[in-house]
Amino acid sequence: MDKFTKLTGVAAPLPQINVDTDMIIPKQFLKTIKRTGLGVSLFSEMRYDSDGRENPDFVLNKPAYRDAKILVAGENFGCGSSREHAPWAILDFGIRCVIAPSFADIFYNNCFKNGILPIVLPQEEVDKLMDDAERGANAIVTVDLESQTITGPDGGSIGFEVDPFRKHCLLNGLDDIGLTMEKADAIADFEAKRATRTPWLAGA
Amino acid sequence: MAKTLYDKIWDAHVVHEAEDGTCLLYIDRHLVHEVTSPQAFEGLRMAGRRVRHPEATTAVPDHNVPTDLDRAKGIKDEESRIQVEALRQNAKDFGIEIFDVADIRQGIVHIIGPEQGLTQPGMTIVCGDSHTATHGAFGALAHGIGTSEVEHVLATQTLIQKKSKNMKVEVTGTLPTGVTAKDITLSVIGETGTAGGTGHVIEYCGEAIRALSMEGRMTVCNMAIEGGARAGLIAPDQKTFAYLKGRPHAPKGDDWDKAMAYWATLFSDEGATYDRVLTLDAAKIAPVVTWGTSPEDVLPITATVPHPEDFADKGKQAAARRALDYMGLTPGMRLSDIEIDTVFIGSCTNGRIEDLREVARVMEGHKVKAGLRAMIVPGSGLVRKQAEEEGIARKLIEAGFDWRMAGCSMCLGMNPDQLAPGERCASTSNRNFEGRQGYKGRTHLMSPAMAAAAAITGRLTDVREIA
Ligand code: SF4
Repeated sequence: MDKFTKLTGVAAPLPQINVDTDMIIPKQFLKTIKRTGLGVSLFSEMRYDSDGRENPDFVLNKPAYRDAKILVAGENFGCGSSREHAPWAILDFGIRCVIAPSFADIFYNNCFKNGILPIVLPQEEVDKLMDDAERGANAIVTVDLESQTITGPDGGSIGFEVDPFRKHCLLNGLDDIGLTMEKADAIADFEAKRATRTPWLAGA
Repeated sequence: MAKTLYDKIWDAHVVHEAEDGTCLLYIDRHLVHEVTSPQAFEGLRMAGRRVRHPEATTAVPDHNVPTDLDRAKGIKDEESRIQVEALRQNAKDFGIEIFDVADIRQGIVHIIGPEQGLTQPGMTIVCGDSHTATHGAFGALAHGIGTSEVEHVLATQTLIQKKSKNMKVEVTGTLPTGVTAKDITLSVIGETGTAGGTGHVIEYCGEAIRALSMEGRMTVCNMAIEGGARAGLIAPDQKTFAYLKGRPHAPKGDDWDKAMAYWATLFSDEGATYDRVLTLDAAKIAPVVTWGTSPEDVLPITATVPHPEDFADKGKQAAARRALDYMGLTPGMRLSDIEIDTVFIGSCTNGRIEDLREVARVMEGHKVKAGLRAMIVPGSGLVRKQAEEEGIARKLIEAGFDWRMAGCSMCLGMNPDQLAPGERCASTSNRNFEGRQGYKGRTHLMSPAMAAAAAITGRLTDVREIA
């Protein structure tokens, strides 16, 4: 997993609530057995018409946002299925930070596993960043994970919260599995106790 | 201290707790399907890791599989075929039991777990699929997880988790005639919104929940995720134990008695506290349908399509405008005037035997309206077989339904069962998102009974007018 320390780039506005994972990456793209290559299909049904032509009105098709690194969206972003293809598509497009008033749990979790930073901010602050984002390439935003601040185009900065463990993993690009495997003894102990406490589960 | 059911299951599975509350949670059962697992197995291979407990892991292809009767000939769509083949190969390489396409036990992952007795009270269960919440009907803590987590569980049999909040949804009283588990679960979402349960594990309780069959309870828990919750839970009782007894993976002999003794402790203690409580009166729940593109867009069938201005906040108004436009509906029109062209009966929400019995009951003496496409996709090969043995299948076929093989099918249209642009479907599935059942397809969610009523009249219909 790539480290996430500081990110500077254009923020794309997507002022919609309940953006679900079927919108982020429709099911026809879930048939891949790889993690990469999904970026062109991100938001496919909003981004392209039925003949595969780009819809010029969709934010990521506008010249100013084609290289967006940050996405600013409405509440309950990422609701719906558990498909990790959603964060994979976002990442493959080049977006590494999503800012919204709230996220669906599984999506939020999946972001961290893929080096994407999801940031929850109060609605007023999201509204302000949304206004900034509307200014396109004139609105470069910097997200600094170390200091937990977002600096907008006019210099003002906003603080954000992040779970310390997740922050540590993102900053260092740490793989969860490797970390858990260091606790192999604790897992084995647990399994031994479990075999006496709930014997029907051992080997079930 | 008095504990909730969630507290009890959680506490029994904590392997390690860090100072900040991040826990390593032990996972008893892992269900794997073809769509969210290939990258996880690839990850294991790349790191030279094995599956820690293959015997706790079960694989089944369901999302991509065609539901045609001749599917044994193979899958035509190349990408789907590759995904199913990858699952088969991964199961073989890592020593995992698989219920393959030609196996009578094959079916939707959340249907076969309970059916095979893989789902048991007090367990932690995960699957790379958000509707894993279904298994909570047995008093198991069941989470949907992403692919990275699938890999994590395969490698370590644990999951990194922080404890969620407790939410209690109590449904008091008795359900009126014509109102079912699906109406309960949709009404709860209508009440809380799709984000209302975010960060919570919901425990459903109360007289109306107790009165539900295991199938009904599964329908309720299945859609906990649509309310944003991580999991849904129902305390196990005699119905649960009776359902489980004798199933292939259920404990046997001495183990059964020990398990029963433990399961009997799985309930929320008197005086246990919840972070949030919602109480619904069953008597006030009506047969409902969704009108929009989010499961929270739910209304009694007797209502009319809302106006965007009916909603208080701007975000909701914009969402409603977009939904009405997508759904091709005019504010103020009666929901019961909405004409449909497809009926889909199936999915992990409503693809069980009891659902099919209910459809057959409503169809008694009626036929599917001419010109409608009406399909029934049993949740598993065994459900299909049982329906055939009970004579339900024959009745449904005679009534005009297309009787198909088991799988997810038109619940998400990853296989060829899809809506064409503009087509409108009365569906017993769980998501009405844009494009969910097919590009530009329009979905109205409802109970099997309501979908059957719609099949008869060709429009959204109050089942109480029919049966
Ligand atoms: S039936 Fe639908 S919701 Fe259930 S697992 Fe399959 S695709 Fe997911």
